[in-house]
Order: sequence, then structure tokens, then C-alpha cells
Amino acid sequence: MSADINITVIDREGQQHQLIAPTDMNMNLMEVCKSYELPVKGTCGGMAMCASCHCYIDSNHLLNEPSEDEEDMLDQAFFVENNSRLGCQIFMSSHLEGLKVTLAPESD
Amino acid sequence: MIQTDLLIIGAGPTGLFSVFEAGLLKMKCHLIDSLPQPGGQLTEIYPKKPIYDIPGFPIINAGELVDNLMEQIKPFNPGFTLGESAVTIDKDEHGQFIVTTDKGTAHRAPSVAIAGGLGVFTPRRPPIENLKDFEQKGVEYIIKDPDIYKDKKVVISGGGDSALDWTIYLAEIAEEVSLIHRRTSFRGHLDSVDKVMALAQAGKVNLITNAEVKEVTGNECLNSVTVHAKDGTTQTIKCDHWLPLFGLTPTLGPIGDWGLTIEKNSIVVDNSSDYRTNIEGIYAIGDVNTYPGKLKLILCGFHEGTIMVQSAFKRAYPDKKLSFKYTTVMGGVGSLE
Repeated sequence: MSADINITVIDREGQQHQLIAPTDMNMNLMEVCKSYELPVKGTCGGMAMCASCHCYIDSNHLLNEPSEDEEDMLDQAFFVENNSRLGCQIFMSSHLEGLKVTLAPESD
Repeated sequence: MIQTDLLIIGAGPTGLFSVFEAGLLKMKCHLIDSLPQPGGQLTEIYPKKPIYDIPGFPIINAGELVDNLMEQIKPFNPGFTLGESAVTIDKDEHGQFIVTTDKGTAHRAPSVAIAGGLGVFTPRRPPIENLKDFEQKGVEYIIKDPDIYKDKKVVISGGGDSALDWTIYLAEIAEEVSLIHRRTSFRGHLDSVDKVMALAQAGKVNLITNAEVKEVTGNECLNSVTVHAKDGTTQTIKCDHWLPLFGLTPTLGPIGDWGLTIEKNSIVVDNSSDYRTNIEGIYAIGDVNTYPGKLKLILCGFHEGTIMVQSAFKRAYPDKKLSFKYTTVMGGVGSLE
């Protein structure tokens, strides 16, 4: 059985939230944030097509490389930094234990 | 003035299928959509993506689903106002709604169903504080008349097809064209990327990658932008126009000012009855609405539209008896055309 992992999300007001995410439900970070009712819209439903789940990776976890679709979407987003990712493309797995992210500012 | 039994705002899957269900009750529908083609986000954002949760279709492409819906509603001959967005709503002395678009097209109906999905697709605006001061005074998100850039200094931002295509086009007619992009690779057609690279090599386009425009300055009109590079350097480029081309993003738009109860960018409806809003005669169906337990799924939109048209029928034909029939019993929809 897969274990749950602990992740830290810092919202746009700077407040820290400790979340527990299952690793056996194919959930991505956007969905985990939404299930905790954090202010992540996830407008496109997780298809890397809206950037409303744009976040910054603060911890040193080794993540999957962003796909071309994700890079393309980040091209259309704002406040993009070197550690920018789309939450919907980060899938919960045991090696992400202790992951720490900050939600990027919303545009418009 | 376009008169109809049910006016549907939004020609996505939910709006389209509502035409079918209304058609079974012999109601005429008219749809308004800000996009130039029907299908909503399915056609605009992900036409090639497969969908797996449409009952009866183990897999279907978004674009194909829209084609099928258009085929399904063809017998009912709905009207379309495409490429225009609904801006105002009023009630006339007969209690009918008058909905007018940004281009002035007026529609009249006893009921309005908002099936606006994510909202109106509008250009993404870079988060620069004084940007508004220069909109239409040098800053344009949509190129309407390319001739205005003749012999002008133009800066373009973005990495997609529209940024690449306009760079290629304007390199011919503008005095100077600069293209600014966040990274070194582009997501546009390979052919366009090659053309832009060639133009840059030939000195016809000033290509600046790993950088973005962070400041705009000018007096009455825009006269320069400041570009911040990833390596920390900045440069100011004198220009008459800046075209930030970062694609489209949906917003609720003018409907948000219609006096409807809104929660988290969605319209609150009564899901225990007929998806009515707080304004009698206005309904909201599909992704645009919210209620306890709401799921933003195409199939839920189909259900909501089906329930909604039963009430819209009573408003359109208060003296007629509504008789519900299964399509299997009717032997197809031919008799209703």
C-alpha cells in the first residue's frame, strides 16, 4: 500500500498550509490544493492549458522535466521564474515527501 | 431584432445540446458566442484531445463531439450570433428579455439560458501597473489593422504562432521589429520558427530571448518598453507599438454585472429545481454555474440543459401543455422539424 506524503503549500498571502496527499490516487498538486480549498482555480481541469495552478518549487526535489505543453503554457503565463511549474503536471508520489511550493500570483 | 423562444448564451456542448432538448419540445433556440465558431473550449482550446466520459462513447475527440452535436441539432435549425459577446440585458414591457451584443445585435426571448462555460475568451494582459494607460495608445493585444504598423517601430512579445506570424508579417512593413520571448525555443510551427530565425540573422528582426517586457513608458502614447533579461540586464527599446501576444484566457465578462448571484466566478443556481438563477427567467447551465456538489463535466451540463428547457417551455408557451416523450417513441426527430 502506498503511503501518504506531507507537502507544504505557501499561499499568496504567505500563509503556510501542511497538506497530506495520497500517492495511490494519481492526484496532481493542483487537485490536492483544490481538495484543501486553497485558492487554485485549475480552470482547464489539469490539461496544462490555463496556468491557473502556476507555482514555484521551493524544495530541492527532483521532478519530472516539464513537457513541451507545460513549457508552452508557461510562455503565456506571467511572473514566471526558473522554478516555475504547473501544479497539474506534478503527480503525487512517495519521492515528493516534504515537497514545498509557493502559489504564484494570479494575473488579471 | 432576433426573436426566439429560448436565447442561449454560449455555444459550447451544453448550449448545443440544450437546443436538441428544446427542439423536442418544439421550441426555437438562438445561440450567442464570443468565439467565431461553435464548440466553446472544446473547439478553441482542445479540439484534438480525447474525452473518455461521454456516456456511450468509450473515446471521442473534443472536436468530433462538437461536430456530432451540430449534426444532432441540425433538424431544429437554431440561429447563431457568433463572434459577438452578450453585453447588456433588459426586460421590455411584455416581460421579454432583450440581450444586446458588443456589436449591437439585439435578441429577444422570454427566457435566457447562460451556458457560458469559463466565460468570454479575452487576451491575457501582462501584469504591468500602468499598462492600461497605453492600451489602444500603442499597446494592442489584437491586431485589427496591420497597416497602422507601416514604418513604425514595433515590439512583439510571446512565443506562439501568433507572435511568430506577426513578426514575419510586420518585418516587411514596419520600420523596426523586435521579438521578445521568455526562453530560447518557440512553440509555433517549425516553418515559422525557421523564418523568424532567418529574419533575425539577416538583421530584419531584433530577436531577444530569455527576457520579458516589464515596464512601459510614454506620455500621451507609448514610446518605449523596458526589457528585463534572465541574466539581470535590462534594456530600453524605443517603440511606437507593443503587441503582447500571450493567448486568450476566459473571464466571466459583462455577465458578471447583470445582477446575478456570483460565487467564485460562477453563477449560483437552484439545483433542486431547474437551474434557475436569482433572476426569474434567467437560467445558468454547465460549467458557468455552481451549486452544492457541482461537478464541471460535459455530461452534467447536458442534464442541466435538459431540465432547464422544460421550465423555459412553460415560459414561452404558458397556455400549451408540456408532454414529455421519449425519442424512441417519437421515431426520430423528423416529425418535429
